[in-house]
Amino acid sequence: MSERQLPTIYPETQFYWDGAKAGKLLLQSCNACDKIYYPPRPFCPTCGSRDIAVTQASGKGTLHSFVISHLAAPGYEPPFTIAEVMLEEGVKMMTNIVDCPADPESLDLDMPLELTFEQRGDVAVPQFRPAKGGAA
Amino acid sequence: MTHAQIAIVGAAETTRMGKVPELSQTGLHADAALNAMADCGLTPADIDGIATGGHDVAEIAQYLGITPTWYDGTSVGGCSFITLVRHAAAAIAQGLCTTVLITHGESGRSNNRAHRPIFPSMQQQEFEAIYGPMVPPSRFTLPVMRKMKDDGLTIEQLAMVAVVQREWAAFHPRATARDPITVDDVLNSKMIAWPFRKLMCCLVSDGGGALILTSAERAKDFPTKPVYLRGLGGESAEGPMISQMADFTSSKAFRVSGKTAFETAGISHADVDHLMIYDAFAHLPVYGLEDLGFVGKGEGGAFIAEGNTRPGGKLPLNTNGGGLSYMHSGMYGMYALQEAVRQMRGISPAQVDGAKLSVVHGVGGMFSAAATVVMTTEDAW
Repeated sequence: MSERQLPTIYPETQFYWDGAKAGKLLLQSCNACDKIYYPPRPFCPTCGSRDIAVTQASGKGTLHSFVISHLAAPGYEPPFTIAEVMLEEGVKMMTNIVDCPADPESLDLDMPLELTFEQRGDVAVPQFRPAKGGAA
Repeated sequence: MTHAQIAIVGAAETTRMGKVPELSQTGLHADAALNAMADCGLTPADIDGIATGGHDVAEIAQYLGITPTWYDGTSVGGCSFITLVRHAAAAIAQGLCTTVLITHGESGRSNNRAHRPIFPSMQQQEFEAIYGPMVPPSRFTLPVMRKMKDDGLTIEQLAMVAVVQREWAAFHPRATARDPITVDDVLNSKMIAWPFRKLMCCLVSDGGGALILTSAERAKDFPTKPVYLRGLGGESAEGPMISQMADFTSSKAFRVSGKTAFETAGISHADVDHLMIYDAFAHLPVYGLEDLGFVGKGEGGAFIAEGNTRPGGKLPLNTNGGGLSYMHSGMYGMYALQEAVRQMRGISPAQVDGAKLSVVHGVGGMFSAAATVVMTTEDAW
């Protein structure tokens, strides 16, 4: 089985992957309109302002949607879960659900999730797993 | 009274469809183009505008021996050809050209499975592809569990989309899959990406199609029955990252595109005799019916399951069998247009009696883009 894909990192997104390596999920927020956003870019996608800041996500979220893929993907053993997490900060991102069977019985929509990281070579990839202890 | 400005005067699919290993992608474009020119009695020398999606438009012009004064290579996925009808109409109305050829060809099955008809998205690669959604069945389907929970869409309703479209495909000798299927057949077919089974996913085919547009005034001199465009159509885009779709239960691109098309055509939903909604997967007609406003939010699945869109139903939908049963080369939008033209000409094998107005709505990428056009048999309204 080939290796899992590594992200191609660009100058605008280097901070995100540096943050992940340090165990942080970094979002951005707009100083002009207060909106938090993802994925990274050096301006606010709501108002266009370049006056933005980096903000650390709490790492808490809920399962917004998912599929259980029975199709081949490099480095993945099907079936595996491709999911959407709704972060506590109100932005959504794609993730896998790790430390959890890829089985619809184990995946309830809106169940609490928590951040973890998967190491791929030098890159730490943000991932989510069912929250320990229940409430997000 | 408003008079039609633009008409479709030539329309054809490739000579063969489904499995066509003897033709390259370029060859499929050309086969469809030659068939469409023959349909309306033109030669390459008569074409001064050319458009295609997912392929270099200049190559198609050169291959066919066309010297264009206008071209368009908009490539946003399967709805590109619906978008291009709209763009071509605007170009003809502005006098940029007089006679536009829109071509599609795709050897999705035999010769070019690795073909990528849309520019790769940098952010999709960096923030989604790393999680393993390598192909449409595990990516386009991501919003559906959310829609099932929020809007009450059921797996049986999704299965019924495939069942009903197979009923339509049975009328078409050229459809790939024509044998009747049941909800149980769909729900027992191979698991692809939970909750999607194989029969809820589109076919993988070779084929192509082409259209020729000109002014409504000139259209009367052609041997074919003109199919007129009503209004300006619509288009919009939300973007290639499905994880960033604002609302997993409704497509913003669908809503914006549909609204523009209906408003500029000056029609209401009751005026629509025939409807095509691009169905790469079984959930798309459900989103389409709701986002175009044919039914209320959350009512699309039940509307189909109750039989409203099947043969004899009040809103004939995807009357060629759609991407699920007719064919799906990768960018299916051209085949939705072709079936709407056949319906407006009155020659579809699944002809809807007395159909005078057809709406064609398509998706590009995976909820990335959308386009809508309205066709009619009438030259004034």
